[in-house]
Amino acid sequence: MDLQTFFQHLSNGISLGSLYALIAVGYTMVYGILRLINFAHGDIFMMAMYFSFFSITLFHLPWFVAILAVILVTALLGMVIEATAYRPLRNAPKTSILISAIGVSFLLENLATYLFSGKPKSFPEFTYMTSTIQLGSVSVQRVSLLTPVVTLAALAILLYVINKTKLGMAMRAVSKDYETARVMGIKINRVIAATFAIGSALAAIGAIMWGIKYIRIEPMMGVMPGLKCFIAAVIGGIGNPVGAVLGGFILGMGEVMLVAFFSQITGWRDAFAFVALILVLLIRPTGIMGEKTTEKV
Amino acid sequence: MTQTKKAAVPVLETQNILMRFGGVVAVNNLSIQVHQGEIVALIGPNGAGKTTAFNVITGVYTPTEGGVLLKGEPITGLLPNKITQKGVARTFQNIRLFKNLTVYENILIAKHLRFKADFMSATLQLPHARRMEKQMHADTEALINRLGLQSVKNEIASSLPYGQQRRLEIARALATEPELLLLDEPAAGMNPQETDELTEFIREIKDEYKLTIFMIEHHMDLVMEISDRIYVLDFGVLIAEGTPDQVQNNPKVIEAYLGVEEDA
Amino acid sequence: MKREMNKKRILLNLILIAVAAAFLIYADQNMSFYSLRIINLCAVYAIMGLSMNLINGFTGMFSLGSAGFMAIGAYAVAIFTVPVAVRSEVFYLQPMWPVIANIHMGFFPAMILGGVLSAVAAFLIGFPVLRLKGDYLAIATLGFSEIIRIAFTNLQTVTNGPLGIKYIPSFDHIWWPVLTAIVVTVFMFLLIKSSYGRAFKAIREDEIAAEAMGIGLFKHSMLSFVISGFLAGMGGALMAGILGTIDPKQFLFTLTYNFLLIIVLGGMGSISGTLISSVIVTAGLEWLRIADEPLTLFGVNIPLFRPGFRMVVFSVLLMVIVLFFSKGLMGTKELSWELIGNWFERQKARFNKKGTPLKGGESK
Repeated sequence: MDLQTFFQHLSNGISLGSLYALIAVGYTMVYGILRLINFAHGDIFMMAMYFSFFSITLFHLPWFVAILAVILVTALLGMVIEATAYRPLRNAPKTSILISAIGVSFLLENLATYLFSGKPKSFPEFTYMTSTIQLGSVSVQRVSLLTPVVTLAALAILLYVINKTKLGMAMRAVSKDYETARVMGIKINRVIAATFAIGSALAAIGAIMWGIKYIRIEPMMGVMPGLKCFIAAVIGGIGNPVGAVLGGFILGMGEVMLVAFFSQITGWRDAFAFVALILVLLIRPTGIMGEKTTEKV
Repeated sequence: MTQTKKAAVPVLETQNILMRFGGVVAVNNLSIQVHQGEIVALIGPNGAGKTTAFNVITGVYTPTEGGVLLKGEPITGLLPNKITQKGVARTFQNIRLFKNLTVYENILIAKHLRFKADFMSATLQLPHARRMEKQMHADTEALINRLGLQSVKNEIASSLPYGQQRRLEIARALATEPELLLLDEPAAGMNPQETDELTEFIREIKDEYKLTIFMIEHHMDLVMEISDRIYVLDFGVLIAEGTPDQVQNNPKVIEAYLGVEEDA
Repeated sequence: MKREMNKKRILLNLILIAVAAAFLIYADQNMSFYSLRIINLCAVYAIMGLSMNLINGFTGMFSLGSAGFMAIGAYAVAIFTVPVAVRSEVFYLQPMWPVIANIHMGFFPAMILGGVLSAVAAFLIGFPVLRLKGDYLAIATLGFSEIIRIAFTNLQTVTNGPLGIKYIPSFDHIWWPVLTAIVVTVFMFLLIKSSYGRAFKAIREDEIAAEAMGIGLFKHSMLSFVISGFLAGMGGALMAGILGTIDPKQFLFTLTYNFLLIIVLGGMGSISGTLISSVIVTAGLEWLRIADEPLTLFGVNIPLFRPGFRMVVFSVLLMVIVLFFSKGLMGTKELSWELIGNWFERQKARFNKKGTPLKGGESK
């Protein structure tokens, strides 16, 4: 293939990888603290897409305000979900909270279908972003350049928060030892709420950039990305934000490149993530950056 | 004090067990022997590696180095259920009963390993399966009577008072028809009277069920009263072994564990 | 006394069976196609619920693979029962794989084949997957369910890809689904009652203790998983026979959520609970269709009721159950005449306000 096409694939891979990374971080943070796979995370991403759509088409907010609003509302959604569906079950057997997460996911999908109709919508056009610029002999969309930058910036800020702030220290404590952290006076509820808020906010940022690039919005669109992003988090080492970003990039790049070079397996594209998951769980279940934990007998 | 049969193969033997978790060495160079009919105790301060040793013996952990022999046969690295099938049963330091099942079911389940029919025969209740089931029920009833659990046999296990739960744990272990019984802190949380009863009880079941007993315990009266020999572990290393008298007077043991003088 | 109780119970059971049989025969002869369809769906959902309850509720292993196993069974029936003559019409894009193109069988062997293939798939999947804990097992089984669906979407010559398969000979009666459901139910009761059933429960309660008591974790969880797969395959086979046409999109993993709701509602660990809740959910879903129609009250159009509302109500109900009634209807208990009798006693006592000491019934 020629250089332009290859570069196109490469940039697509990096873009997709960055988007996966942003969503994967949300999964890994929640899992790190609650040992819960937030099945609803992909659907929170989907809701953010709809929030973006309506903030621009219905409320006619200028882009900058819309972006802020969407991030805030999505973060709020994440916190509400945690407070209503997960917090009451914190002391219930593990399966209950997992089922609750599935229930929330199901509810969000059906709610979206009901409220916004199952017919796909188009993300409002952001011509500045979708227009291309020249880099030497290849042209690339602005958004494709912006996405990885935003992702890495978000990761940097997140790492700063986790490692250099009191909140971050509290998060690390809770994820290491829930009970002790509580006994030590850490306000568990606030830490957990903050975790959900941050994860959802990142998902919202991902949603906006996804929308700009891929445009199509529909109620079930969070399902596959959600699943794949959890897999990305597992590949990178569940509980580790850097790992999640790594996993996201690996998965995104892998998916795009595989299809680019082996076009006959396009239909199997989605299976790539699942196969990768099975392999990781078999060969190195703690993921690339994960730490081993042994259960006390 | 039972004479150790020097010629016979020990029921349990560990050879230079090293158990490492990442950077931490939990058990180092542990070599012990337990002979048929003995009651041997494993003592040591908290965190000394005693339960880890149990876990290695019962197959929960595979030792980093070293081997475990059961009646001369290597069982190192075998799955726990296989080791139990070979005649090793255990209780747990933190009781691990089947909480939401009844006392009766807890014991009955421990008979499953001796159930020699496949699932279709069992489901269709074919004659040979039915016969085995009957036997399992009979054995369970017998154990319940022997352990004094008649009055609570249909109660949910988690609703039992602590002492009875401990008793149930032992009953369940006995149900697997072991030759070697590993007791992990059987007297934990018991008052002196209960401990006395337990001491008597252990003696009785040892004779009745022809057991060899290896136990971890902190209650020194129980240990000194009942043990034929004692091993002392500190920081994962064997620091002493011998009869209760020998161990009691061993300065290293005293220093590590027994009655250290508290200065200010 | 116990003799008398047993006799009473057997009599009640016989009456129940007679009434049920009479109802079914009447239904088959007289009820509309639509009603029969509902009964059939109830039967299939009951089988799927039991399949899921075996591995999730009784063995405590959180598997979300039902949709995939169902798909295998469904396609077995679809591929092999469509008359050979019309196959080229169905597989119009690409002809059917020659190896299977001419193999034809009746429904029953196809259903068994579906179950067996599903069981084999479960066996293969179980190897990598059953060693995983909790959430990981859930995601892994979900992943495999999706891999199966994606495979079926792409294997054009075998499954006709995204077009699906139509012209499956479908039944206009209730006997295949209902009788199969009955057989499966009886099987489940006997299995759970047996020593193996208890071993499953032990694994659910405490894996480590179960293993310490001599129960091989891999062997038993695999057994449970494979049986569950077999049942799900049969459920899928029946589904194909009921609908007459299937396509891969029907087996998206979200289908598994329906069965999850059923076992949560009925009680994870109760067979009778699953049966009751599968009827409630299936019938309820149908009844809720009215929620999708516009509703006018006193000449005013209530804006809530429009397409999609049904599923929203359904999802909200699931959340309510999960949050407030997590034990479901039956918890881990089974419905028995004693239980019903005791319930009536309690209602009577409450009515009489006599405060008589109640006989405690034995809950099995």
